[in-house]
Amino acid sequence: MNLLITNARPYGEGEPVSLVVRDGVVTEIGPGLSGPSETLDAEGLVLLPGFVDLHAHLREPGGEESETIATGSAAAALGGFTAVFAMPNTEPVADTAVVVEHVRRRGAEVGLVDVHPVGAVTVGLEGVKMAELGTMARSPAQVRMFSDDGRCVHDPVVMRRALEYASALDVVIAQHAEDHRLTAGAQAHEGVVASRLGLAGWPATAEETIVARDCALAREAGAALHVCHVSSARTVEVLRAAKAAGVRVSAEVTPHHLLLTDAALTGYDPVHKVNPPLRAAADTAACRAALAAGVIDVVATDHAPHAAQYKDTEWAAAKPGMLGLQTALSVVVHTMVEPGLLDWRGVARVLSQRPAELVGLPDQGRPIAVGEPATFALVDPDGVWTVCGAALASIASNTPYEGMRLPATVVATVLRGRITTRDGKVRT
Amino acid sequence: MKHLLSVSDLDATAATGLLDTADRLKQALLGREVRKLPTLRGRTVITMFYESSTRTRVSFEIAGKWMSADTVNISASGSSVSKGESLRDTALTLSAMGADCVIVRHPASGAAHRIAGWADRDRASTGTHTSIVNAGDGAHEHPTQALLDAATLRDRFGSIAGRRVGIVGDVLHSRVARSNVFLLATLGAEVVLVAPPTLLPVGVAQWPCRVSPELDAELPALDAVMMLRVQAERMHGSFFPSAREYAVGYGLSADRAALLPDHAVVLHPGPMMRGMEIAPGVADSSASAILAQVANGVHVRMAVLYHLLAGAPE
Repeated sequence: MNLLITNARPYGEGEPVSLVVRDGVVTEIGPGLSGPSETLDAEGLVLLPGFVDLHAHLREPGGEESETIATGSAAAALGGFTAVFAMPNTEPVADTAVVVEHVRRRGAEVGLVDVHPVGAVTVGLEGVKMAELGTMARSPAQVRMFSDDGRCVHDPVVMRRALEYASALDVVIAQHAEDHRLTAGAQAHEGVVASRLGLAGWPATAEETIVARDCALAREAGAALHVCHVSSARTVEVLRAAKAAGVRVSAEVTPHHLLLTDAALTGYDPVHKVNPPLRAAADTAACRAALAAGVIDVVATDHAPHAAQYKDTEWAAAKPGMLGLQTALSVVVHTMVEPGLLDWRGVARVLSQRPAELVGLPDQGRPIAVGEPATFALVDPDGVWTVCGAALASIASNTPYEGMRLPATVVATVLRGRITTRDGKVRT
Repeated sequence: MKHLLSVSDLDATAATGLLDTADRLKQALLGREVRKLPTLRGRTVITMFYESSTRTRVSFEIAGKWMSADTVNISASGSSVSKGESLRDTALTLSAMGADCVIVRHPASGAAHRIAGWADRDRASTGTHTSIVNAGDGAHEHPTQALLDAATLRDRFGSIAGRRVGIVGDVLHSRVARSNVFLLATLGAEVVLVAPPTLLPVGVAQWPCRVSPELDAELPALDAVMMLRVQAERMHGSFFPSAREYAVGYGLSADRAALLPDHAVVLHPGPMMRGMEIAPGVADSSASAILAQVANGVHVRMAVLYHLLAGAPE
């Protein structure tokens, strides 16, 4: 995989440079280089390491009416991602080496992004019996992260054992923090909007209490805990205290929890239904500040495609979740870069470097330097586009940003020297 | 007015206009041998109820029949609903058959909003303009209930502005409470909610009303008190310890009713749990307007159908 990238500004800094890529590795960086015949002119573009999403639902196997590994990989690559972690709440559940290996193999066959299966913590996501974490970790799929996402590992004994067991395997347990006793029947963030709409309240305490409990358990076990989709200001406070106390805890926030609030719910359109729910403006502000400060480590999309029949219903009957892979960068630029909370190096940190570190990926999220893999997202910082769900690569079109004009476009994505997308089109 | 989904669709002028029309229709029917007006002849009104209901469904049906509309009733059992058809397909099917108005009750908050949205979106393909009336959606709203309550208060007091109305009981799960709080505020009344904290929604502090934990302290200054139904299943959710303790704290006993001013009126949306939220003697007393509410319900619903299907009178 040989490639010449010209006029690129790594991290949006300094004078434009050229990069020579041979066999998928950067061999030279400097002004005005020449080399391989395949050329990518990056005039005016920001060069970033390819993005790593720790949290996506690719729906295959079992949910192919909403997304497949092929269409999800295309959406990811078009969004600037080069690695995606696929959550295990499929049918069948990815709780055995057979299923995770299938997901890995399909991802490799598609070849647009590195698809890393996330294994289930418990058999069938039922929260009772630990799944074969070791077998999945040692399988060819090399599972790095385990989660019952969509459901919380609610039983404190099961969670404790999983954390302890995972510590010997050097893998991460990612918790969907939701005390389901506090969210029985819940439909929307518990606050003034839900009260007016008559939607049963989803209290933020359901998240905060589980995060506090799990931080205590992780501390005791000396294990690595990852908190999925932080949505509340007080969860941020719990994380801040735990990190200060030396707990090995990391956390993610979704683009939609950085941008959207429950004010979007007034028309009862379930495209805004998501778990955890869209919360109040004070929560989005706290999440942005925490991401800037590193209390929240990474942005993860929680890309959750749902075919129209699962969303074109009354609110209570709709499935929670929204598309995120192709809009993630733009939402991060809009909520973090434009207000001055992150620079491009910061974007690289939260979308690439830090997520790769958390799960120990050796060839993703690397610095832009000679000898490093040529795995990049090339971003037009001045690009503006209007989101149209039907035009996105996913089979489902449940984007909450329909019709919104967002900043920054992904012009090209490069995976180990191979151009996977260019000008909004997938290159196979 | 295209649909009636929420009392927030109504400003004071529109709400008063509906109440005035209800009055006029009531007068027009008074003393008639045949209680039938030709107003909606040839129009089709469908009630689609996904929850059991007697009074609201019958009230809408009578309202339609008294104005000569063709009324059809559909309930969730005994139709394609029980075969797993989506709400959207059911609603659009009725719309395509030429329903001028679909009156919907559904356990999900926002169901009527969704149906109205689909009906508007698919109007081109179905070729029908279908008005949607919310007859109760989850814990969200029951706008015609609030309108008939307002009509009842207006009958008693002449006007609503400046009157103080207490709403007592399970506000959290009550669509009647939500519609009443916001409509009464629009019409200039002062609303006081009285309930244990477990039966008040988080966020109630931002509603246009006051909240009080103490019923006895409020009663002497109320012009009207509206007792909400308490559903038995709430007791299993630890919202309050027992029916007995609830009745002691929040039930309208005869002793407690005596604290009300002489002119005050007692309302209940029904169905009542006599002995729990209201004592039988109070429900049947001269202060009680509970049956007047039911009678006004028909006239208010006639007015709603009239404004939706024939247009508001000049």
